Formats: sequence, C-alpha cells, structure tokens
Amino acid sequence: MEELRVNEYNLKDIYTIEAGNFVTAGEASSNIKTLLKRLGVNSSKLRNIAIASYEAEINLVIHSKGGQMELLVSPNEVIIKIDDIGPGIENIELAMKEGYSTAPDSIRVMGFGAGMGLSNMRNNADDFKIESKLGEGTHICMKFNI
Amino acid sequence: MKVCDIVHLLDATFLAGEDLGENEVQSACGADLMSDVLAFVKNKTIMLTGLTNLQVVRTAEMLDVACIVFVRGKKPSDDIIELANKHGIPILSTAHTLYTACGILYANGISGS
Ligand SMILES: Nc1ncnc2c1ncn2[C@@H]1O[C@H](COP(=O)(O)OP(=O)(O)O)[C@@H](O)[C@H]1O
Ligand SMILES: [Mg+2]
Repeated sequence: MEELRVNEYNLKDIYTIEAGNFVTAGEASSNIKTLLKRLGVNSSKLRNIAIASYEAEINLVIHSKGGQMELLVSPNEVIIKIDDIGPGIENIELAMKEGYSTAPDSIRVMGFGAGMGLSNMRNNADDFKIESKLGEGTHICMKFNI
Repeated sequence: MKVCDIVHLLDATFLAGEDLGENEVQSACGADLMSDVLAFVKNKTIMLTGLTNLQVVRTAEMLDVACIVFVRGKKPSDDIIELANKHGIPILSTAHTLYTACGILYANGISGS
C-alpha cells in the first residue's frame, strides 16, 4: 500500500478495535465523526465519512481478529486507514460483491451481514483501496476530499 | 412534519430526547437490517425498527437519523437510551407492528427514504 507522507497531516489519531465486542463497536467512528464535525467538515461529507468508517469498524469487529483505525486530516482531505491482524480475505472481488457475506446467523440477528459493507465504503469514499492476504490481514485506505 | 407529529400519529411515547420534538422529518424507513439502512437511507429520516441493540443507535448516529421508533412496544435497555440521549437522537416507542406503523406514516404523506 502506498506510503503516506504523514508529516503533511495536521491531525493524526489511532483507534484500537476489539474483535467480537458489540458494545464498543462504533465508538471509534463516533469519535472520528465528532472530531471532524468540530473541525468544520460539512454535514453531507461528514455523513459519507461516518458511514464508511462505521462499516469498516463493524467489519473488524465481526470478521477480523482485531486491528486498528488511523485517522489523518489535512486541510483538503481526510484519510482513514484500517489494518487488521487477520484472517485476511481470500477473494477480494467476491467479497466486494453486493450481497456476498460470510457472516453467521448470530451476526444477522444483530442487524448486520447483508454483504453491503465493502461496496458501501467504496461508494462513500472518494478513493478506496483494499489489500488482503489470507493468513495475514486486511488493509483498507479510504480518502475523502473535504 | 416534526417528531412530535409522529408521536401523535403512532400513539407513541418518548423514551429519549423528549426535548427534540421539533426535529424535522422528511422520510421514513422500516428495517431490522442495519446494513440495509446504512446502504440506502437519506437524510432526516425516521428509522422504524424491531431491533433493540446499541448498534441501532450507532447506525442512527452515523446517518444523522432524525428519530428512532421502536415498534411492537419494545423497551430498549438503559444503555441504549443513554447513548441516544448523549447524541441527541429522540427515541419513540409505539405498540404498532413495523408494518402498521410504516403504513400509518405512509398514509399520512411521509414517503420512503
Ligand atoms: N476485515 C475483514 N477481515 C476478514 N474478512 C472480511 C473483512 N471485511 C470483510 N470481510 C469479508 O468480506 C465479506 C463482505 O464484507 P461486507 O461487504 O462488509 O459484508 P458483511 O460484513 O455484511 O458480510 C464478509 O462477509 C467477509 O467474508
Ligand atoms: Mg460489513
């Protein structure tokens, strides 16, 4: 994944995401949204960022062994990088398909697992990149022009 | 229409955000699948659902939902109400089923989201 020149960003924040924890799920995205609102990001862009961030966060909780989300803000863009520690995605093209989900029924009764998350992230971000290796982990980078 | 009009139409009671009755609502959606709500819903919507967990409020928060309505008289736990209050999201409870509640709102001119 392309390396970011981090020192060009005036704000940097890191959030740890715990696998399987449905009580804290969404806290990172909530903090990100509150912070960006305070920085004056307009409400429709803020909504795009919050949706994409929350979908990514929920995926870490449901599908991964845990990971982190990193927020980078410059005067004209917001970047959210999501990195988890596994298990990775075998077929990214398939995973990106609307309606494809490996979420078990226990997740579906909680209101998730419709297989719309990754495409929803791509639709809400101005730039969306995903890389994954089975047995290693998944890395997503989303950019938003503000 | 306003949240307080919804209270009247659905014979609902406030569980959170009683002071937010003047919030404007333009459309509504009824769903138990938050994934769908996240993919399809537009602004200033009312979200009617039979699902009561914390992520319903989180979803509403991300989407700037104007009001959550729990159907079939479902009573959410205190942490759900607390989170909604924290983020200024009104919660209503109605005895109607999801189908009936959506039907009443639709018949009164509230379109789908
Ligand atoms: N961080 C992740 N780690 C491992 N697998 C993932 C991850 N994110 C997504 N996936 C896989 O991609 C599928 C599609 O993801 P998504 O579009 O968000 O739908 P959903 O979360 O509803 O299943 C998931 O069911 C899962 O198999
Ligand atoms: Mg998902």
